[in-house]
Amino acid sequence: MQQRIGVFVCHCGSNIAATVDVKKVVEMLALEPGVVHAEDYQYMCSEVGQAKIAEAIKEKQLTGVVVCSCSPRMHETTFRKCAERAGLNPYMVEIANIREQVSWIHKDMEEATQKAVILGRAAIAKVSLNTPLKAGESRVTKRALVIGGGIAGIQTALDIADAGYEVDIVEKTPSIGGRMSQLDKTFPTLDCSACILTPKMVEASANEKITLYTYSEVEKVSGFVGDFTVDIRKKARSVDMSKCTGCGVCQEKCPNKKAPSEFNRGLNTRSAIYTPFAQAIPNVPVIDREHCTKFLTGKCGVCSKVCQAGAIDYEQQDEIITEKYGAIVVATGFDIIKLDNYGEYAYDQSPDVITSLELERIMNAAGPTKGHLERMSDHKAPKNMVFIQCVGSRCSDGRGKSYCSKICCMYTAKHAMLIRDKYPDVNVTVFYIDVRTPGKNFDEFYRRAVEDYHVNYIKGQVGKVTPEADGSLTVHGVDLIDNKQIKMKADMVVLAAAIEPNPDIRKIATMLTASIDTNNFLTEAHAKLRPVESPTAGIFLSGVTQGPKDIPETVSQAGAAAVKAIGLLAKDKLLTNPCTAQADIMACNGCSTCANVCPYGAISYEDKEVRGPGIREVRRVAVVNSALCQGCGACTVACPSGAMDLQGFSNRQIIAEVDAICR
Amino acid sequence: MTKAEMQAEKIKEISGTDPYKCMKCGKCSASCPSFDEMDIKPHQFVSYVLNEDIEALANSKSLWKCLSCFACVERCPRDVKPGKIIDGARQLVVREKGGDYLKADEIPELLDEELPQQLLVSAFRRYRR
Repeated sequence: MQQRIGVFVCHCGSNIAATVDVKKVVEMLALEPGVVHAEDYQYMCSEVGQAKIAEAIKEKQLTGVVVCSCSPRMHETTFRKCAERAGLNPYMVEIANIREQVSWIHKDMEEATQKAVILGRAAIAKVSLNTPLKAGESRVTKRALVIGGGIAGIQTALDIADAGYEVDIVEKTPSIGGRMSQLDKTFPTLDCSACILTPKMVEASANEKITLYTYSEVEKVSGFVGDFTVDIRKKARSVDMSKCTGCGVCQEKCPNKKAPSEFNRGLNTRSAIYTPFAQAIPNVPVIDREHCTKFLTGKCGVCSKVCQAGAIDYEQQDEIITEKYGAIVVATGFDIIKLDNYGEYAYDQSPDVITSLELERIMNAAGPTKGHLERMSDHKAPKNMVFIQCVGSRCSDGRGKSYCSKICCMYTAKHAMLIRDKYPDVNVTVFYIDVRTPGKNFDEFYRRAVEDYHVNYIKGQVGKVTPEADGSLTVHGVDLIDNKQIKMKADMVVLAAAIEPNPDIRKIATMLTASIDTNNFLTEAHAKLRPVESPTAGIFLSGVTQGPKDIPETVSQAGAAAVKAIGLLAKDKLLTNPCTAQADIMACNGCSTCANVCPYGAISYEDKEVRGPGIREVRRVAVVNSALCQGCGACTVACPSGAMDLQGFSNRQIIAEVDAICR
Repeated sequence: MTKAEMQAEKIKEISGTDPYKCMKCGKCSASCPSFDEMDIKPHQFVSYVLNEDIEALANSKSLWKCLSCFACVERCPRDVKPGKIIDGARQLVVREKGGDYLKADEIPELLDEELPQQLLVSAFRRYRR
């Protein structure tokens, strides 16, 4: 069929037109075979611009459209929809990216114009070989999975449940609550963390739309947006959840109380059978088999003897639950970095050098010191405390993290203030590089620490901390404003250690095929305009898994992620991408190479009857499940016999593009 | 290019560091054992190079007070390594003086058995060509 192609070149204001001679591009591309219409306009994506395209499609009976504009990630959908409205199959539209790939990266107008013409030619060559495609439909399972049961996960689950959808929370530890449950007070209002968190935990547990899988981990994910299948490993608790009454006698009587308490950051120990903290939800303990005498030696069984409910079950096995979900929200949160690389701060050498999270536990009434501020070495009250900021944050030397952890300035001001309020005799010094307090009432909060509580803020970093023979610590710092070196005695040193994404995220991101950045934060679909969505459809981001943030920001983002998930669950059907792979059974030799490279498990093999000139036989050939295929094209490159082809990106089309570029 | 610009470039070249990476945290000065004897402090080396005030740097006492212990190089969170900058400035001065250095063969007979090796290494850093 004779092609009738229309070319539309966008100025993008001055974004393209300042570097690319748009008129010249129109002139050159109009000469290409098959092109019957070529024009330019200031903003092709505007209503007027789109009207121009629609008009040309109708008037000139266009069979294909090439838009030379920004990245297809920005406006491919816009122009496809425009074509569809004008009666052209939306997959007969091709974008030549002359903004990100030309005008924004080139300076010389002549060169840039030449490149724009070449990219336009490639798109014309491709569109000439395009075939009309039709999007298929897939169903939506009206259930969401939230990975992580901290404040982010809890809030997302509550909001999804509130909209009427079933939602499951998978939490690795024995209780939901996350980092926030470990905190003592929260900035900038200083309300008690547990007091505002536990009602939400209770709400999540009581909500009939929410199912909690605690002490559980996501094991396997398959499927795609709207139709994920997830295996959840419920680790053996060794306690029957249906029988346990949560009386706590087992924990009291457990003779082995030597296991380091994860909840108290190893500052004290816990029993082998334990709930992490008093308000744990569910209030059902687990047996830590690595520390339990019964599991280690076979002798003991005290918990079983004292349990009135008969809930202890040493034989319990891990259980795999398989469930279907339409949307998955990742809320795996953070931990603080290990301080092995920072020997100069003597964290490993002195128990009186602690992290801020450890201080939270020390300040907490339910913590290892029952809320009394004391040194971990000799349990004496400190007189002089030094806080060191940016430990491992803002480091580009390979020892720490390049980013700002964002929350440390505020929690340090909080700690300093709380200590000065409760123990006015304690001198508090904070060594800082910058105090960063953007946020509502945040700077006022920090200023209160200085002005009302007389916390001594010194601009300058600490070089090293030396533990002395008398048990004290010497802090070697600098005051950059006074241009003086400072050597001061301290009884306790608190390190604002950088935060990092939960290390499990790498494994989880791989299972979800969700992209991740160099710091292990999950990547957003668009940094500004789609901040709670992963580029992988159906995956949403909640909380610190996306980047450092405090509690108010986490809660807002958790709500936003819930709305996006609800928007998906509310749909009955989803349109699927028709650009999927197809095997030519005449060429396929059933070698399995494509199935081995397919990241989505979309390729299987069937015995099919092959008929051709002189051929009539049954062969083992590849079959693509187009619902699972994401159109990545890995199989098309891997196939040794050229049998695999991607609709919309066929080998012929790609070669035609290359030919057009090399012409 | 002015002389100062050329000298600043030379220091960057010799030291192999990028002073623009400095975030002015002062950890170098906090770590420096010779801080009190220096007129220009370690964290200031960076801005002297950035401001191309090489003459002041070249004439400063700090050049000869730095022990080359490299604590600042080890601890600098931004990989700016002020110790290497001062090393570079020292090299520049020594090179400009020209020939005012020991020959390798002359060194052994000048050595004292009691001399700490660290000092020797430090001396090499300071006075090597």
